[in-house]
Amino acid sequence: MSSSRFIITVIGVDKVGIVAGITQTMAQYNVNIVDISQTIMDDLFTMIMLAQTTEENFDLSAFHQAMSEKGTVLGVEVKVQHEDAFRFMHRI
Amino acid sequence: MLIHPEEILETIKMVSSENLDIRTVTMGISLRGCSHPDIDTFNENVYNRIMYYAKDLVKVTNEIQNLYGIPIINKRISVTPIAIVAESCDATDFTSVAQTLDRAAEDAGVDFIGGFSALVQKGMTPGDLNLINSIPRALATTNKVCSSVNVATTKAGINMDAVSLMGKIVKETAELTKDNAGIGCAKLVVFANAPEDNPFMAGAFHGVGEPDCVINVGVSGPGVVNSAVRALKDPTLGDISECIKKTAFKITRMGEMVGREAASRFNVQFGVLDLSLAPTPAIGDSVAAILEAMGLESCGTHGTTAALALLNDAVKKGGSMASSSVGGLSGAFIPVSEDEGMIRAVQRGSLSLDKLEAMTSVCSVGLDMIAVPGDTSSSTISAIIADEMAIGMINRKTTAVRVIPAPGTKVGDMIEFGGLLGSAPVMPVHNFSSEQFISRGGRIPAPIQSLTN
Repeated sequence: MSSSRFIITVIGVDKVGIVAGITQTMAQYNVNIVDISQTIMDDLFTMIMLAQTTEENFDLSAFHQAMSEKGTVLGVEVKVQHEDAFRFMHRI
Repeated sequence: MLIHPEEILETIKMVSSENLDIRTVTMGISLRGCSHPDIDTFNENVYNRIMYYAKDLVKVTNEIQNLYGIPIINKRISVTPIAIVAESCDATDFTSVAQTLDRAAEDAGVDFIGGFSALVQKGMTPGDLNLINSIPRALATTNKVCSSVNVATTKAGINMDAVSLMGKIVKETAELTKDNAGIGCAKLVVFANAPEDNPFMAGAFHGVGEPDCVINVGVSGPGVVNSAVRALKDPTLGDISECIKKTAFKITRMGEMVGREAASRFNVQFGVLDLSLAPTPAIGDSVAAILEAMGLESCGTHGTTAALALLNDAVKKGGSMASSSVGGLSGAFIPVSEDEGMIRAVQRGSLSLDKLEAMTSVCSVGLDMIAVPGDTSSSTISAIIADEMAIGMINRKTTAVRVIPAPGTKVGDMIEFGGLLGSAPVMPVHNFSSEQFISRGGRIPAPIQSLTN
């Protein structure tokens, strides 16, 4: 693990308030958005964020749980994965 | 963004709908310091030694799973072959050692523990014989212990006395676990050229040339390869090979990442990454389905061996580019009971035991998780083992036999094991006797291929 940056993906049916809800939870955990992209793919709302935390004792599992609970409320699927999961697969 | 959104979604799709997973994180632990003449003291040493290294294996592995969002299905332990470390015990029955391993596996929370093993390719020591004779009771009285016996290598030839004995041991193991469809046999492998660092069960053990503790990772993903091949539009076989290579590369990178992270968290050496397409009973997560995607009507028909050779080679090539630690078995597994496509192929009559044997000459392991009728004689099972060992010995590769002669079953019955072990259709064996050939004993000498020095 070379950094504390995470890829957060949000996939689901589009509706009002998804971005607001997700980013609010991130703010509560002091997680900063480095980059964000959003599209509609196959009629599904797809938001991908590169996020970063600078806290030394960041509680990843609590953040995981809060994000997936928020996803359930909003009716979307939220995944939080360390960026290395993608970097290893797609970059040498 | 450094990584393209399409690449991110590709990875997520591999995990969420194509069953990409890290099949196992296996911790290899040396038990060489545990030997003691008193078997109770020995067992205590073994238990303490395993718990010393493995107490946090599940916790740490789960943390890694959460960090990367990649499922890690199994956590396992492999240990030094018990025949070696228990050799100096005064007792001759090693069943209690298996029970100790089982207790350690239970307390550490892992799925399986391998290493109730002996290496007897050239001959047996008293410890080897004690271990082999203890296998049926050991497997009947434990849940998580896996056993393996290496009876042949390219360098040493085939120990036919051991082959003969293992036929009887397989039958006895089936008999002692007959209430559970002979499930003991699903945890017993007979090997040629067994790798010392394989993380996959039931054949994992911690070889004598290994460090004190090591992390080996097994990564799988037949479903991912199947989807990738099926997405190609009218491909040539060269295109298919290229596609499998690229997919294998990506899958292997995942294993590499997890292996490195696990080894660094445990502060032990990262051993090997074993990229093996290990099917699961889930629909589409099937090696047979990949072969059929290449254009075969049903797995087992003419052309299957060629298709499997292409698949196995492309997997190895992709994997070896992705990691410098590729080892173990690395290739395609063809366990019948665990592969929904293989089961269907047997049921519709396209896949026979003889064809499976041919397939094992070009893929990574052998006759795996195959149910045969309960009244199959021990000499016939020994002869099946001998054939498979010959393929491994001559081709300088690992081969293995894991057959289940489930008591009371006949051809066409289905045997249910549950979980990753799946369910197996009982397949016919040849009815002509091999009794005299097997009873001759002795050794099949090492082949000319062994003279490489």
